[in-house]
Amino acid sequence: MQLILEKRSQASSIMNLWSPVLAIFLTIIMGGLIFAMMGKPPLTALYLYFIDPLTSWWSIEEVLVKAGPLVLIGVGLAVCFKANVWNIGAEGQLTVGALMGAMVPVLWGEWQSPLALLAMLCLGALGGALFGLIPAWLKTRFGVNEILTSLMLVYIAQLLLDWVVRGPWKDPQGYNFPKSVAFEGWHLLPMWGDGRMHLGLIVSLIAALVLFWVMRHTLKGFEIKVVGSAPRAGAFAGFSHLKMVWFCFALSGALAGLAGLIEVAGPIGQLQPHISPNYGFTAIIVAFLGRLNPLGVIFAGLLLAVSYIGGEGVQIELGISDKTTQVFQGMLLFFILMCDTLILYRLKWIGRQVNQGSQVNQARKLSEGGAS
Amino acid sequence: MSAYEAIILTIITASTPLLLAAIGELVVERSGVLNLGIEGMMVMGAVTGFAASYVTGSPWLGVLAAVLAGVATSMLFGLLTQTLMTNQVATGLAITLLGLGLSGLIGSGFVGLPGVKLTSVSITGLTDLPYVGRLVFGQDPLVYLSVILTLGVAYILKHTRVGLIIRAVGQNHHSAHALGYRVVTVRYACIAFGGATSGLAGAYLSLVYTPQWIENMTAGRGWIALALVVFSTWLPARLAAGAYLFGGVWILGLYAQGMGIGIPAQLLSSLPYVATILALVIISTNRRLSVINTPASLGQGFVPDR
Repeated sequence: MQLILEKRSQASSIMNLWSPVLAIFLTIIMGGLIFAMMGKPPLTALYLYFIDPLTSWWSIEEVLVKAGPLVLIGVGLAVCFKANVWNIGAEGQLTVGALMGAMVPVLWGEWQSPLALLAMLCLGALGGALFGLIPAWLKTRFGVNEILTSLMLVYIAQLLLDWVVRGPWKDPQGYNFPKSVAFEGWHLLPMWGDGRMHLGLIVSLIAALVLFWVMRHTLKGFEIKVVGSAPRAGAFAGFSHLKMVWFCFALSGALAGLAGLIEVAGPIGQLQPHISPNYGFTAIIVAFLGRLNPLGVIFAGLLLAVSYIGGEGVQIELGISDKTTQVFQGMLLFFILMCDTLILYRLKWIGRQVNQGSQVNQARKLSEGGAS
Repeated sequence: MSAYEAIILTIITASTPLLLAAIGELVVERSGVLNLGIEGMMVMGAVTGFAASYVTGSPWLGVLAAVLAGVATSMLFGLLTQTLMTNQVATGLAITLLGLGLSGLIGSGFVGLPGVKLTSVSITGLTDLPYVGRLVFGQDPLVYLSVILTLGVAYILKHTRVGLIIRAVGQNHHSAHALGYRVVTVRYACIAFGGATSGLAGAYLSLVYTPQWIENMTAGRGWIALALVVFSTWLPARLAAGAYLFGGVWILGLYAQGMGIGIPAQLLSSLPYVATILALVIISTNRRLSVINTPASLGQGFVPDR
């Protein structure tokens, strides 16, 4: 007896929905095991991790605040990955977006107008898009692998931010702390609730809905799907893969840049060396968990936001390192990829006889010349 | 020890982890697999290497543990990409994210503790030779190992049957399969080798380069190693040259910072990353060079016809 993967005749749409559920389930079990190995009560820890953040209005607000950037970046990446364009430098695009947008309060702080915030939002998106276009340009002009360049640019962007807040943009009245001037009221996003919820959440929601509509009902959406899944067919239809690389990087870069600006003009309120707890990388997981579907990304973003807040919770309550958050996120991506195998394949036990039969089958196929 | 010796020594120390990680990935990619998880395997090697040597007091047990950790992590990648046919790019990213998280969790108890340094070789008479003594006879053992590994990989890939099989599997897995080679087994073995050298590279960071555990101490070296493999057009000799070049760039930045030139430290720190992008552009401009050696099945999963 042997367990094999048998290719399904067509992708299973049921597994496409169940795979993330299964992956979350497996992550929770593994997480419990890890807590147990660390000598902590697993059930309590898991409760604190996944349920407790949803039990008070205060922590639900925190979850939403964290979900905002994850969804905004995640929907952009979902479109990229759908088109088989690998932008993994969203963290860098986020950083540059925040930097560009912060030009308004830092350089032209006197300009007091409702337009200032609008300018910041536009500059943030522009900065992210331009920074995202660097790997796109290198890819289309020189054929350089976009994975490596977009990632290298993350380090460069973070060093740039570090330099700016310690050097030219350091607040002169800031007691030498590496921070820019605090943004004035007219530079900050409108907030409500207990003062943490902000306009950025609505921006994320709108972005997700618009992209859902684009992917579902427009020619562009169709083009993205075709270029991603069947580039040759796409080429016959006149869809250019190179143009798609430009489009995807511009779009996901702009959304990541916008997310960065929203962070500094929302919850943070100024520039500082660290403006994101790895949102750009976590958004990769969000995109996959959300099935590369903008609506799915909303749910996935909420779940991963819970893991951030839960991670802080267990750190406070049980003294567990907040690194568990990253471990959970890594495991989650791992299990999703694993469970996604079941979309295209089914597990099957085979006995010896069948195996021999299949070998004969295979020999026959080969003697026929093998189409591949 | 003269200044030039000191500089060359530090360059070698900075280059060796890059060379170790890249030479393994070169073999992996030659077999047709793209493992983007080097950073994750490396950082797992670094933390286990540090932990094991701290607990046992023996740096060599640390090195062994790091290799095992690297192999174990790479086998997770193997299981997913080779058996479960997952997307290699996404799985490599998952390995990196998981590795960075797990290493942080494992290492949270080791931050700030003094490490055990793997001592350099010292041969009476030879090591004290002027000019070349320290460079040739006074390195730490892993430097020699990295050179031996590079030479070994170059020889095996080019001149042996095993090398031929690895290249065949990477060039055209269907043909290799038809000839009766076990494509998936060969790839598992190559992935394990890549995991082992990445683990070694991590151990080098936490036992030689800076003998302590610092979170995310790989600082993108795994990604630079990946770029080096592309830069080398999958040739070991060129890979070694590239690794030392990059080590040089890394050290150049540090030296310039130390000398206090009026250039921002952040700009100098970004040199290796900028250099990586430039190197990739230069090598990619020459289409023929990069296409001629690219393993044709790179990044594609192999599903035998059943």
